[in-house]
Amino acid sequence: MMLPYELIILLTLLLLGYVFGRLAERRHYRSIQAREDQYRQLLVLAERHLPPEYVTGHESCLVMGNVVVSVDYFKMMIAALRNLVGGSIGAFESLLDRARREAILRMQEQASALGAGVVFNVKLETCRVSGDASRGVGSVEVMAYGTALYPRANASR
Amino acid sequence: MLISNLEIVPGMRVRRHLGLIQGSTVRAKHVGKDFMAGLKNIFGGELTGYTELMNESREAAMARLQEQATALGANAILNVRFATSTIAAGASEILVYGTAVELERMGV
Repeated sequence: MMLPYELIILLTLLLLGYVFGRLAERRHYRSIQAREDQYRQLLVLAERHLPPEYVTGHESCLVMGNVVVSVDYFKMMIAALRNLVGGSIGAFESLLDRARREAILRMQEQASALGAGVVFNVKLETCRVSGDASRGVGSVEVMAYGTALYPRANASR
Repeated sequence: MLISNLEIVPGMRVRRHLGLIQGSTVRAKHVGKDFMAGLKNIFGGELTGYTELMNESREAAMARLQEQATALGANAILNVRFATSTIAAGASEILVYGTAVELERMGV
């Protein structure tokens, strides 16, 4: 008995999405954890007000990091099935979690290049990148930005 | 030009407040990149082309913000916020806004 072509294509796409998506996610999580350990010393705060010790002798600079991530076919399918019964969609949660942590890491990278020890007033922003508007979540952009404070070169002044 | 998303700048004081300014840009992706992104939607992962595009557009928006600030005679932009929205099927708008101020160094 011959399977219809559509079904074969669908199953292939699902399999490709599952295998490559899984691999990519695991690799990404490993890289995120390694870099988070590396930047553990660089504080990221959502605090708007500077403590007095930062008010003098420091320079400030806006830093940001962004990333656009895409779902894989398998996740898209899982989410579509999930929509029937409702509930939390774990497949998308992990995607957004990864994207947010990646964006923060890129921001920290910029901050550490400046020699900063702390980033204040960090804001996160999420936006669906268009092109897939009709097909649900296709790719999502996450952006993190904040103000990095680093010691002024001639702090003694 | 000093750009910050805090309300105060270390060691500086606001001398003059010049009001809200904004810079925005609407960008579309070209078909080739969109096609590649469509493929990427099967495998998942980062869309580097889009990440770069968003970065470039954000820089363009910030350049416009700075232009406005310079025209007003400001030397810093405080409390900067970013906003992104999808306005059409293939285009997104990036908006940057903040307060233009004239800062002076605090005498120590």
